Amino acid sequence: MLWVRRLGVWCPAREHAVTNDHAPAFSVEGLGHRFGRRRVLNNVTFDLAPGDFTVLLGLNGAGKTTLFSLATRLYAQGEGTIRVFGMDIRKHPSDCLRQTGVVFQQPTLDLDLSVEQNLFYHAALHGISHSQAAGRIASEIPRVGLADRRRDKVRQLSGGQRRRIEIARALLHQPRLLLLDEPTVGLDIASRQFLLDHVRRLCREEGLAALWATHLIDEVGEDARTVILHKGEVLAVGAAGQVLGENRVESMRASFEALIRESEAA
Amino acid sequence: MRPIHYLRCLSGIVTREGLRFLNQRGRFFSALVRPLVWLAIFATGFQFVLGVSIIPPYETYIPYSVYIVPGLLAMIAMFNGMLSSLSMVYDREMGSMRILMVSPLPRWFLLTAKLLAGVIVSVAQAYGFLAIALFWDIRPAWYGYFTVLPALILSGLMLGALGLLLSSAIRQLENFASVMNFVIFPMFFASSALYPLWRVKESSLLLYYVCQINPFTHAVELIRFSLYGQFEPVSAAVLGAVTAVFLTLAVYGYDPAKGLMARRVAE
Repeated sequence: MLWVRRLGVWCPAREHAVTNDHAPAFSVEGLGHRFGRRRVLNNVTFDLAPGDFTVLLGLNGAGKTTLFSLATRLYAQGEGTIRVFGMDIRKHPSDCLRQTGVVFQQPTLDLDLSVEQNLFYHAALHGISHSQAAGRIASEIPRVGLADRRRDKVRQLSGGQRRRIEIARALLHQPRLLLLDEPTVGLDIASRQFLLDHVRRLCREEGLAALWATHLIDEVGEDARTVILHKGEVLAVGAAGQVLGENRVESMRASFEALIRESEAA
Repeated sequence: MRPIHYLRCLSGIVTREGLRFLNQRGRFFSALVRPLVWLAIFATGFQFVLGVSIIPPYETYIPYSVYIVPGLLAMIAMFNGMLSSLSMVYDREMGSMRILMVSPLPRWFLLTAKLLAGVIVSVAQAYGFLAIALFWDIRPAWYGYFTVLPALILSGLMLGALGLLLSSAIRQLENFASVMNFVIFPMFFASSALYPLWRVKESSLLLYYVCQINPFTHAVELIRFSLYGQFEPVSAAVLGAVTAVFLTLAVYGYDPAKGLMARRVAE
């Protein structure tokens, strides 16, 4: 065992997590979870490479939110492993969370505070200094097209604008992995498209890995890498067009439904 | 994560709590008005009913309004602790508790920081109340304003930790009404906040013992003595110990592996 001197006292050195740049940005292996007797995830395995935009497609109740809660340490994980850049989340929760940006399904902004105050709060939670945070906020807000709203109360923003701020916030600590749990629920088509385009651009240009959970099949581009989750199990992984057989959205939906029917019959 | 990161995180949580308090006007005014209602109406009406004899730390006969001030200071701390518990439940439903919990800093630190932030807001309110109480001729010695500070902090910590613990156990917002009925009212009335314990003893010995073990009584007494520059070691020790127990249980309650968080979802 390695010993180090800390504050004048010799103590065992903590195993230091090192991110492995060759490892997948995010990987789950044999992940399972149950609430009491009800099993909500069963042997889920897939991974994301840096720069990957992957859609986690599944109906309501497929286990998407549970997977996100495990990946962000809101629930303790029992079966299987979750790794962020090769680091096991159970052994190095803090290092994993530092690399992860999260947009939760439910709104998480403080409505009584301004956009800027919300962002400064998030930066502080990650130990970022005020001046550094000011710089990052000044560059993130214009990227989501809300430069003129930074001093407004969040309450005055529309649903779509709030979501954009949540994405800007999730990127403030410069994570290399972004997890988004149904970020477009309740938004109009234009807002949905803006969010999708923004996140896909980040993946393409900045090498961010993004896992985008949704139940809306028309959000899935035919070339998007897709993980289909149903009743806690992975049904298929691959390019949406390939996995779902057809290119046109209507028939992609039909093949998605067929795939689900098939798995239920089995 | 180095100490500077912890410090930045703490200051961020304190700033947010302060901004929220100032921005929520209703909460701000009700926090100031609540103890004033007790002082201006209840104490005025009640002083003819209840005679207060000379008991330590008082050296002369005192009007009833002077007697209940420490109780009202403790009440401010209690409502703050419970309101921050309410805001935790509300936050969690609104999801912003999740944002706190995905910070890379350890969870015990995040919860303690949240607790400290609540205590700072509560102490500021207590001084605001003492300033307004000057109009009712509540004037402790000048040094009392300084010596009462540690007592206000310790009471705030104890009641805030209780609030945290309750928030880890409460499932829904509506349950706050039961907190009101089963925690706030019994704690407040079964204490030395409104009447000296020797009078309670005269009417019910059982209630007297209940008051004695109620940690809120110790918060009130610690504040009462310290407002006159005196120290009450038993109360301080009780508050310290109870705070440690409540906070430990709350951290346990928010631990994803063990506590109530996991169980709550399971049900």
